[in-house]
Amino acid sequence: MRLMPGFHDLGGKDFGPVNQRDHVRSEWDNRVDAVLRLMLEGRRFRIDEVRRAIESLTERDYMSFSYYQKWLAAIRILIVEKELLSEDEIDARLDQLRQKAPV
Amino acid sequence: MSNAFKVGQRVLVKDGDPPGHIRTPFFLRGKSGVVETVHGEFRNPEELAYGKEGLPKKPLYLVRFLQVEVWADYRGAPGDTVSADIYEHWLDAE
Repeated sequence: MRLMPGFHDLGGKDFGPVNQRDHVRSEWDNRVDAVLRLMLEGRRFRIDEVRRAIESLTERDYMSFSYYQKWLAAIRILIVEKELLSEDEIDARLDQLRQKAPV
Repeated sequence: MSNAFKVGQRVLVKDGDPPGHIRTPFFLRGKSGVVETVHGEFRNPEELAYGKEGLPKKPLYLVRFLQVEVWADYRGAPGDTVSADIYEHWLDAE
């Protein structure tokens, strides 16, 4: 039996008072939200798989990524795992988009 | 529905740390609580998380714990409670 909880199992850790201000969602956040909804509605993967993929991030990424950055990282993991796209295909498309992007 | 526990019954959360995706919070493992609500039966997320069907469905309970019994150094009111959803296969009768 492990004596310490996994780093993603945060119950009881002291993060100080809860921030009760509303969060502002960026356009990028909305896009990530939309992509995940499409994957779920299209039954490409399940929300439980998304959570499991988020828990598979490194501790450093888990603690530093924003809410939607974690979602996007999980979407990428699952898209590759389910062979919808390969790492190479994703990277090639990212390179293409970077070249098109205005500097 | 074939739930083993009833509202008001004392239950003990199993201790241990199996690998994989687990929904039972670490801080409640090995703790004793009272069934507050029987939610119904749901597919097992520990299996859904790996692309399996998660069947047969498992009864899910809302279980209430006394904060002073969860945290050794709890300094709030003695009657404070914390509740969590816990699947039946993580619970034993006490």
